[in-house]
Amino acid sequence: MADPILSVSGVTVRYGTVQALRDVSLDLTAGRILGLLGVNGSGKSSLFGAIMGTVVVDAGRVRLFGGSSAAARKRNLVTYVPQSENVDWDFPLSVREVVLMGRYGMLGFTRRPRRIDRVAVADALDRVGLAELADRQIGELSGGQRKRVFLARGIAQGAGLLLLDEPFAGVDKASERTIVDLLRALRDEGCGILVSTHDLAGVPELCDEVLLLQNRVLFRGAPHEALTPERLSLAFGAEVGNP
Amino acid sequence: MTPIDWLFEPLQYAFMSRALVVTAVAAATCAFLSCWLVQIGWSLMGDAVSHAVLPGVALSYILGIPFAVGAFIFGAGAVALIGGVRATTRIKADAAIGVVFTALFALGLVIISVTPSQTDLTHILFGNVLGVTDAEIAQVLVIGAVACTVLFLKRRDLTLFAFDRSHANAIGINTRWLSVLLLGLLALTVVVALQAVGIILVVAMLITPGATAYLLTKRFDRMLVLAVAVTLIAALLGAYASFYLDISTGGAVVLAQSIAFALAYLFGARGGMVPTRLRMARARRSEAAA
Repeated sequence: MADPILSVSGVTVRYGTVQALRDVSLDLTAGRILGLLGVNGSGKSSLFGAIMGTVVVDAGRVRLFGGSSAAARKRNLVTYVPQSENVDWDFPLSVREVVLMGRYGMLGFTRRPRRIDRVAVADALDRVGLAELADRQIGELSGGQRKRVFLARGIAQGAGLLLLDEPFAGVDKASERTIVDLLRALRDEGCGILVSTHDLAGVPELCDEVLLLQNRVLFRGAPHEALTPERLSLAFGAEVGNP
Repeated sequence: MTPIDWLFEPLQYAFMSRALVVTAVAAATCAFLSCWLVQIGWSLMGDAVSHAVLPGVALSYILGIPFAVGAFIFGAGAVALIGGVRATTRIKADAAIGVVFTALFALGLVIISVTPSQTDLTHILFGNVLGVTDAEIAQVLVIGAVACTVLFLKRRDLTLFAFDRSHANAIGINTRWLSVLLLGLLALTVVVALQAVGIILVVAMLITPGATAYLLTKRFDRMLVLAVAVTLIAALLGAYASFYLDISTGGAVVLAQSIAFALAYLFGARGGMVPTRLRMARARRSEAAA
């Protein structure tokens, strides 16, 4: 098997007396989509934080592309698509301006974009089907279009590792379809994708592998093995135990 | 009196020319910075830093050093203290800010009260733009130029920081350094602005321009330009009004900016009350017709 582009080993994260992650290990190779399933408070955000270096890891180790998280980020290898509720959609920026931010890591002191950056942004917008909305203010988009803005930013960046936090929340079925197709295409081009989701129905189609998280790893394996009533009730409790 | 006379009459007085220069530099610098402050939600930090510089200004006058040095030290110190209190306790941000800046402001009042010197509290609190000295003008010009240059060169990073810190972090940009940079520029800008309008009203200069421009556009680049342009016009109109009406200069400058905000609130392109109501009425009419 190829070397993993993301490798988390034995990671523990504590906030005071609360243990958000306990001895969590996972790895992800290029060209794979790993689904991260768990209820709110199961540690998904902490895991993303640990990978991105924004959460202090109390034990264990995170390696990206064979080096530290900071080194991989400096090389523009990682992109993060935030949850919609964590974005200020009233911020006075156009779709194009947000996608251009994907290129900032490659730019100089003042981040003045070059021709090649504008082309990369236009290509990325084309790819996610937002070329015609490029000059809209970001709040003037639908839920699915908003997600695609951030995907386009990751594409413009050319990142090899995509982290997506709840990409299907507040997204209609048609847009979900578009996003799933995009993610699979990116995977086929060699991106490694880690996606947290509540949307169990879409999991078998999207993910190559699934990880059930409840502050520790409950299960890791193929989607059809993970989505059994017994395993799901372990991760989610009774509510979805009998889908 | 012709409009030309109206414009040039005050300039015949040296004190008024200086006041206009200081007001313009302060207004432009504050307006520039305020766009990021209001977008990040740091308005209260502006309030805090502006009040916290009081002991620094008082000590500078006592020690005979440039007021900018003392003000900057205490402004930056306030930021560090607020950050320290937040990092080491569970106190919420607004409480930490409130505790620190009122403590420093009170310290300033006490220092001034025990100092038998010519430091005039009202001048520091409410501004004395008609009495600025050459040395003070020099400080204002240099600091204003430095702050504006840095803001201009780093504007894209600062906007990214304001919009999406997690992405800035994801592409290896040091967000802590950017927040330090912005807070440092805030401290510098406060130093400039308190010459124009005094400590109490500096916060208006740091919030109103950004809030006004936000109501006028959906593009951050345009917001920067509009904030500076609208604020310059309003501030200078305020300064002229203070000359002709014989009213407080700092008060008139801030009031003119408030009026500009009120106009943007009523008529602004982005959610102004009047256009919005008109649109709603029109939509209702066309609905009724359909």
